Amino acid sequence: MTTITRRHALRYLGASAILLAAAAPIAATADDRTSVKIGYAVSKTGGNAGGVGITTLPNYELWVKDVNDAGGLELPDGTRLPIEVIEYDDRSSAEEVVRSVERLATQDEVDFILPPWGTGFNLAVAPLFDRYGYPQLAVSAVTDKAPEFVKRWDKSYWLLGGGHDYADALAKVLSKASSDGTINSKVAMISVADGFGIDLVTAARPAMENAGIEVVYDVTYPAGTTDFTSVINEAAASGADSFVAFSYPPETFALTQQAQVANFNPKVLYLGVGTAFPVYGKNNGANAEGIMSLGGIDYNNPENMAYRARHEEVTGKAPDLWGSVITYSSLQMLQEAIKRRGLDRDAVSDELSNGTFQTAAGEITLEDNQLRTLWLTGQWQDGKFVAVAPTDRDGATVPILPKSAWQAQ
Amino acid sequence: MKTALGFLVALTVLTALAFAPLFVGPYQLGLLIGLTGYVTLASAWALFSGRTGYVSLATVAFFGIGAYTVAVLSETMPYPLVLLVAAAIGLCVALLVGLATLRLAGVYFVIFSFGLAELVRQLVTWFETSVNGTLGRYIFLPLEAEHIYWQLLALAALTLLLTWWIQRTRLGLALKVIADDETVASHIGINIAWTKIALFTLSAIIMTLVGAIQAPRWTYVEPAIVFSPTVSFLTLIMALFGGASRLWGPALGAIPLFLLFEWLSASFPNHYSILLGLLFIIIVFLLPRGVVGFIEDKFQRKSPADLVEKPARVKEADQ
Repeated sequence: MTTITRRHALRYLGASAILLAAAAPIAATADDRTSVKIGYAVSKTGGNAGGVGITTLPNYELWVKDVNDAGGLELPDGTRLPIEVIEYDDRSSAEEVVRSVERLATQDEVDFILPPWGTGFNLAVAPLFDRYGYPQLAVSAVTDKAPEFVKRWDKSYWLLGGGHDYADALAKVLSKASSDGTINSKVAMISVADGFGIDLVTAARPAMENAGIEVVYDVTYPAGTTDFTSVINEAAASGADSFVAFSYPPETFALTQQAQVANFNPKVLYLGVGTAFPVYGKNNGANAEGIMSLGGIDYNNPENMAYRARHEEVTGKAPDLWGSVITYSSLQMLQEAIKRRGLDRDAVSDELSNGTFQTAAGEITLEDNQLRTLWLTGQWQDGKFVAVAPTDRDGATVPILPKSAWQAQ
Repeated sequence: MKTALGFLVALTVLTALAFAPLFVGPYQLGLLIGLTGYVTLASAWALFSGRTGYVSLATVAFFGIGAYTVAVLSETMPYPLVLLVAAAIGLCVALLVGLATLRLAGVYFVIFSFGLAELVRQLVTWFETSVNGTLGRYIFLPLEAEHIYWQLLALAALTLLLTWWIQRTRLGLALKVIADDETVASHIGINIAWTKIALFTLSAIIMTLVGAIQAPRWTYVEPAIVFSPTVSFLTLIMALFGGASRLWGPALGAIPLFLLFEWLSASFPNHYSILLGLLFIIIVFLLPRGVVGFIEDKFQRKSPADLVEKPARVKEADQ
């Protein structure tokens, strides 16, 4: 209920401050604080709300509940302070997310700010996090430029890898299967004409070539496409055994259905965002078997399984099988860094860069402010979306190829 | 005398606003940037739409073109030159579009202008993905918030000055006739097409510049971010709220609405969109001629001269 009271206060505070544009700075908080203020601006409405509602917001809420149920955030001296949340809706607008973060930093003077959802939004607010000295644990941002960003903003952390990581991992899986004689060395690729699809397909072209896989079909489609009949026919006619779609959730679901209708049975079927949603496995049942995508989890990791059970219990739905656990783990890292170093943001940032943390995703040590131990390729096997690459990481499952043909439903 | 006094007051306010960044915090400065941006957009929108009755939803097309130009060119050209190029691109697009479409009237133009924004967005997306193989672009310009604010403030002042000046020229008079009755206007020898294109282009250039100036605030730009239709709708409702055919109308509409939106989004993050929709309806029903028009209706007795100057309603309201 702290959120509500805060909003009431803010309503009057904000309104008066706005009307008197030159209002004096809000009085600094007293020394003996009673809470730790954590703020975030995420897209609760608009185009990004779907992604936020699956990967980001449930984990923020779960974490705050977990921490406050335990008595609050632990500080180095052993005392605990409850978290007070200040939440804004950026309405999927870049200008709004920039202003909301500015408001959190300068008006609400929160102790820490959690990042927004999406590559673009994380980049849009990165200069602000940097200017006001807040660590930015960017999870829902897939970018190959992370090393460059870390140089520019030394308190920024990039936890979900880049397009190259996922494309290289996929190319290796295909190359291995091809040299085993399971599939031929041709791939048909389609990608959504949006940040995610372009990033991945741009990385995939050279990755496939280096892995000795020939790209025989390479088409980009506009976001929101619903009819893939011609794409599927052309891909089927291309002679490729592998079909790869760097797609967004609506298209991922549509492609799955339409491939069945067209009885299109590639030996490798790799689809984009949405495949790792628990509902995907549930809806497609036996027909999800063998389908691959980005992400995946290690079902033998007890911390992760405990996290999944608690997530389902508290939020009422299972977390996705790619970014969710990383989101929650990033918050555990923040929590642990505060426990070790206190509320000083520079010290916490230093701890995040150099410390080692036990999280739901396993032990995490960042390299150059980036998380490099990630599951890059997953596959539905026996109703579970298991991690299959990188193959040399502990907990990797062997991919089952070729994918079996569609079953009549 | 009255004009001179008006100028003096305007100049004083402008100077005070120019010094504001020295006294306010970063959050208030962010507010001022958004505010000035929308005052400029609404004034530029009203410059064309408020005077001709052609309701345009293409605001974001030009706004986005400006932002994208900066994103593409900011690393290869000095910044002032980038702004010039952005203005030039805005000019070319506006001329092209204006020549092709200003013969459309009423609701057809509204639909077309909405489509234009989407067309530009898809063209940029297609070009970036098919030709350049990327989508997002980064803007790393050494511009602080106050620099952006000062540029916007100058542009806002320029826009208001232009509007004031145009009202006093033959062009302004021609516009009034066109807004009242196009047939009459053409019979008395006004070149309707040229007048509309000139104004449309001018308004488009200003919108392009607003986008170009604001772009460095975002660092990362992609079509979905800079071509958001919300910008077009907010601009339109602000101008209508204030009174689109008056010099100060759009500014008087933009300031309270912008602050109201800000307050709503901070206080009712979960109901913002619903409240916004209700507000739109209320404005259209209760204040069809805007706040300025409402005040005039209520508190001023009309002299015959006022009736002559009575601004045309936006045409769609009549249809």
